[in-house]
Amino acid sequence: MNYTLRINGRTHTVDVDADTPLLWVLRDEVDLKGTKFGCGIGICGACVVHLDGQPVRSCLTAVSAVGGKAVTTIEGIGATPIGARLQQAWVEVDVVQCGYCQAGQIMSAAALLAKNKSPSDDDIIGAMDGNLCRCGTYARITQAIKQAAKTDLGAATSKKGA
Amino acid sequence: MANRLLSNYGGTSRRDVLKVSAAVGGGMLISFTLPALSRAAAMGEAAGAATLNAYVKISPDNIVTITSKNPEIGQGIKTMLPMLIADELDVDWSQVRLDEALANSEIYGRQVAGGSMATPTEWTPMRRVGAAARQMLIGAAAQKWKVAVVECETGSGEVRHKASGRSETYGALASAAAKLSVPDLHSVKLKDPKDYKIIGHSVPGYDSPRIVKGEPMFGIDTVVPGMLYAVFQKCPVFGGKVANANLDTVGKLPGVRHAFVVEGGGDLTGLMSGVAIVAESWWRAEKARAKLEVKWDEGATAQQSSDGFAQQAAALGLKPPQMSLRNDGDVAGALGNAAKVVEAAYHYPFLAHAPLEPMNCTARVADGKAEIWAPTQNPEPGRSLVARTLGLDSGNITIHLTRVGGGFGRRLMNDYMVEAAWIAKKAGVPVKLVWTRQDDMQHDFYRPAGWHFLKGGLDAGGKLIAWQQHFVSFGHGGRFQSSANLDENIFPAGRVPNLSYGASLIPSGIPTGPLRAPGDNALAFVFQSFIDEMAHAAGKDPLQFQIELLGKDELLPGRGQGFRTGRARAVLEKAREVSGWGTRTLPARTGMGVAVYYSHLGYFAEVVEAAVGNAGEVKINHVWAVGDIGSHVINPTAAENMVQGGILDGFGEALNQKIIIRNGRVVQENFDGFSPLRLSQAAPIEVHFLATKYSPTGLGEPPLPPALPALTNAIFAATGKRIRTLPIDTALLKA
Repeated sequence: MNYTLRINGRTHTVDVDADTPLLWVLRDEVDLKGTKFGCGIGICGACVVHLDGQPVRSCLTAVSAVGGKAVTTIEGIGATPIGARLQQAWVEVDVVQCGYCQAGQIMSAAALLAKNKSPSDDDIIGAMDGNLCRCGTYARITQAIKQAAKTDLGAATSKKGA
Repeated sequence: MANRLLSNYGGTSRRDVLKVSAAVGGGMLISFTLPALSRAAAMGEAAGAATLNAYVKISPDNIVTITSKNPEIGQGIKTMLPMLIADELDVDWSQVRLDEALANSEIYGRQVAGGSMATPTEWTPMRRVGAAARQMLIGAAAQKWKVAVVECETGSGEVRHKASGRSETYGALASAAAKLSVPDLHSVKLKDPKDYKIIGHSVPGYDSPRIVKGEPMFGIDTVVPGMLYAVFQKCPVFGGKVANANLDTVGKLPGVRHAFVVEGGGDLTGLMSGVAIVAESWWRAEKARAKLEVKWDEGATAQQSSDGFAQQAAALGLKPPQMSLRNDGDVAGALGNAAKVVEAAYHYPFLAHAPLEPMNCTARVADGKAEIWAPTQNPEPGRSLVARTLGLDSGNITIHLTRVGGGFGRRLMNDYMVEAAWIAKKAGVPVKLVWTRQDDMQHDFYRPAGWHFLKGGLDAGGKLIAWQQHFVSFGHGGRFQSSANLDENIFPAGRVPNLSYGASLIPSGIPTGPLRAPGDNALAFVFQSFIDEMAHAAGKDPLQFQIELLGKDELLPGRGQGFRTGRARAVLEKAREVSGWGTRTLPARTGMGVAVYYSHLGYFAEVVEAAVGNAGEVKINHVWAVGDIGSHVINPTAAENMVQGGILDGFGEALNQKIIIRNGRVVQENFDGFSPLRLSQAAPIEVHFLATKYSPTGLGEPPLPPALPALTNAIFAATGKRIRTLPIDTALLKA
């Protein structure tokens, strides 16, 4: 079956089985390797992408269910102000150990900050508890999200001031 | 044997060789070899003669490219080893670029991510590489300017001559420097530590800017032109073999190119029997597996189970140990005369490693040669395994080291590497083998379960005078299975006058292996919990009790460089201070626990404050960790991250994790049945380091072991309930 997908603002046509998870379409058909395979049953969060801005588990999302929704992956999230701030904060806070989960973490965090400009610790747990970090970088993940959120508030304030 | 090896710590031997040559395209290429500790030595096994090597390239544009030789599994080694060279070379970190090495022990020596061994083995050699290069660059400048070497200084990748105001970049001097004779590594002058500009200063992970953008770097991201994708179904029972399979059906499924039986052998660490399915896409291979029907010869291990092991352990626990590991004084006599005797049985389960990147490997095998892309912690045994199994000359095997999505010891084994190579050879095309999470969880080399039967005796003054420990573990013929042993020098050995450690072994067909802080990840829980029990029985403060037990500063026989009681005591004292131990008023069902432990050359004391809810749920409020890993914390940002991660890993093991064997196979399939710690379970962790006079040591492992008993001791302080079995059963903690 042919499916036409809008991924990170570009159109891709792929010929795959209808039940192929979006994860494997991204990784093996479109060659976007940033989205990671961790569990295959939607409980580790390594494969989180956005469909029309909503976070989904791409390992459980069949390609046939994507339709015309805009797919955003870790390779594309940097084009959004929130995504760019998160990526910068992740580097500045030096979050990464092995790094394998971090794409999924950043995608979940981007969805959180899009809804909530100044999340509390509980808000962060609510949005991020489904993302496993086997290395245990949780303190820094939380710190980086808060730093990215602050940068946003800072930008908003200075804009107002100007 | 151990001591002879340890003489290499912090120093280089007389066989050190430094080679310098002109680099292609101009500049200077420096390589450096010396015999180093092999992985086998690091794991306490026989010494192998290995060499160590590092490359530095200085190009005319003054960019310094350093080859990072060890596998990066998240421990930060890719950034850290080059920091040592760069500081002594006296360049700015912004001038430095890093290259990933191929696996090649002849050039690079030990290339292993394991045992927290890189820091102690590389600390001096890497700095000498940088310092020697700096000396040659100065020599080249002095020659050019016709001035004395001693009048020249360096900084930010330049040689400067103060008197004349001249300066040249290293890039401009490198070609001339490469023609100079090589300085003797032992007489090369190292910096005064107060002049370090990179060592001891936080350097963020070199690859992080690419990781956060999702660039392909991991083994699973490998693409080779023309490659197909494979899944490999092994027998769920360890050691089982394929009797027959519906290959005709599976081979005709959409996208499937090959389906075949792999005979395999009898070695659980090598190529095992199974069915390979090779398809145009991984998803189609995996879908075809759902239609695969295999009749297995399950073999004898099908009779084994966690319950059966527990019954055997209980029976063995009633008898004297089959073998004595240590026997000091007169334990039976001392227990007979003790004012108070405490008896306890401890148990911990099998554990999986479950790194987040499932096992995978890409291989191309043709014309007697193999090229392999592998997320491995330990490439050289993989090369031997592939050579042996496929009948290849090991010189014809190229191994590319990829970034590794978590190791934890799992990827010290190379079973997935030989599977990929075998399947690629048989399929006649490059193949990427990717395991599912279920494959990964059910075909691991597990942290072995264990049982400990303990008796402790106190005299009338509350002094610990007797300790008897019977460890029931796995093995046969008097030999422990991998990572199932107990070191006879573990504290409180040497500090209790009447002490015996003995062991009995249960034969098993369950593959076991090293998990982060092998042995210690379980043993610290047992030793440090029972010491806590004895302190409470003596009516003493557990932290003070342990300080008194450690006693005066002495070097006791022990693993690595031996156990320095004063270092353990100092981290404990500091933990008392930073945690406010004994000075804080805590709410009901909230308590503080402490543990101290020496492993992998590092000393850690940890204090946990935990609250236990009325339903038994455990909330960790705060953790204080104090480490002594020697004179320098090379990269403080990475060090703090590693300590926090190691402690949370320990909490995950204590709170969440258990692998159950039933009918010779693993019950758990995925993270729902076996979960690493989640964010909602994490706690703030304050990390402190004591700088001591000792040579720096590693951090991958030593923060983990004390985390478990510090937590369970805190639970005791909060509830009066002693946790003697892992994982923690919260049902036992209800108010």
